[in-house]
Amino acid sequence: MKKHITEAEPIGDDDTLGAALRRQGVSRRSFLKFCAATASMMALPPSMVPAIAKALERAKRPSVIWLSFQECTGCTESLTRAHTATVESLIFDSISLDYHHTLQAAAGHAAEEAREAAMRENFGKYLLVIDGSIPVGNPGYSTIAGISNLDMLLETAKGAAAIIPVGTCAAYGGIPQADPNPTGAASVADLITDKPIINVPGCPPIPVVITGVLTHFLTFGTLPELDQLGRPKAFYGQSIHDRCYRRPFYDKGQFAETFDDEGARKGWCLYKLGCKGPTSYNACATTKWNGGTSFPIESGHPCLGCSEPKFWDGGSFYKALSIPTTEVARDALYAGAAAIAVGSALGMKNRASSKQAKAEHQKVSVDDLNKED
Amino acid sequence: MVTAPFPQFNIQNGDDLTRNVRPLLYEIRHALQDLLETGESRVVDLRSIPLAPGEEEKLINLLGCGEVVVKLEALGLSEIYETQYPGVWLVTHFNTDSSIIGRFVEITLIPEILKAQQEDMKDSLLQLDEALLSGDDREVV
Repeated sequence: MKKHITEAEPIGDDDTLGAALRRQGVSRRSFLKFCAATASMMALPPSMVPAIAKALERAKRPSVIWLSFQECTGCTESLTRAHTATVESLIFDSISLDYHHTLQAAAGHAAEEAREAAMRENFGKYLLVIDGSIPVGNPGYSTIAGISNLDMLLETAKGAAAIIPVGTCAAYGGIPQADPNPTGAASVADLITDKPIINVPGCPPIPVVITGVLTHFLTFGTLPELDQLGRPKAFYGQSIHDRCYRRPFYDKGQFAETFDDEGARKGWCLYKLGCKGPTSYNACATTKWNGGTSFPIESGHPCLGCSEPKFWDGGSFYKALSIPTTEVARDALYAGAAAIAVGSALGMKNRASSKQAKAEHQKVSVDDLNKED
Repeated sequence: MVTAPFPQFNIQNGDDLTRNVRPLLYEIRHALQDLLETGESRVVDLRSIPLAPGEEEKLINLLGCGEVVVKLEALGLSEIYETQYPGVWLVTHFNTDSSIIGRFVEITLIPEILKAQQEDMKDSLLQLDEALLSGDDREVV
């Protein structure tokens, strides 16, 4: 039996995703394929597919309110260009996006009424997604329907089950907060302290990372494990540098010194050209961009570190990190290309630290899987 | 017309950069040994591994194609084939826009997704009963 989902079929409030899909004629085999792609998207091991299938079957349709403050709409652009159309459509058929002022058809009072109705009907249960920072210097810098961003955030946050700041502006202040921060831009976590917050930074974040985090909540109904900056470890658990395919050149001390020298042509490490990979945590090196095509370093450009706080004020994008982040980095710089023996010893050291990073890289807890209902 | 020579970059040339294909082959080899000895299957998600340009193609070429090739139509196409190494399968899922949404190396007797599923078989039993009981189909029996 084959059936292509072309349009959303409404799912009732008490309906589960599994029941809705069966009604649409989606076979169990198709559902398992969907779960395999979803596991891959959520950066979970393939062995978890049966658990994901079980959890997704029971998943209920959450209401999502998406507020856009001081932002460039790049995050929404990223989300709507996710390349796994089938998977996303299934997920977004199963959430209720009740307010998103860029995507919704309603405008003015009707739009604000939709937000208020969604808040009333799903109080305590809806997901609140935010892109953009919030000006607290002068609230007049950014308003929606005459309501300041700060007031709208505080009002809408009250009934949220969890808040997901999407993009570096909402997560850490981002470009609006860059020196001299003319609008007094603040991040969501600067202003809200009594709600669970899952930061999904990036300028913009990788599309499947946004949908992956939403899917995690939809699937397990719990928050993913977060790092010290509030980011899900499944996607932000390892540095770009640790997962970079050019890492072997770093370990051997082979660097591009300019954008057109021999090292650049041979695809050597971009550390000396200002790559922020060693201090940036994101999934670009494995998930990649544009449907898995490439990522900045693969295109020959250093990482800007856009998923980190204050990335815009961190000095030139093209200046090498002044202080190597680990002993390994310092060793490699001093050792240079000459000492192959040193290189291989460093390689072993790196493998050991990578193994440790992997051991600490827990993706989903047992509680998530055992969660009933 | 004379055109200036375009600078040659080899960042698309996997062979000079690759270091991941061999370790992956070792992982597959160990998984195959486990399958033989304990019957335990394993799946490797190629999306979760940092691969240089050309490395995935290199791995796929090295694995080659064996005796079984299956096409699945389930929410878009899926291509599943046994590699030249029996017990090692390559599973590629596409969406309805023909973009790859997942690629896995499965070390197993038969990939799980090929087996008929309980829920689908229950539905098909009902459908068969319906067909048998309806007048139009009685002469078929």
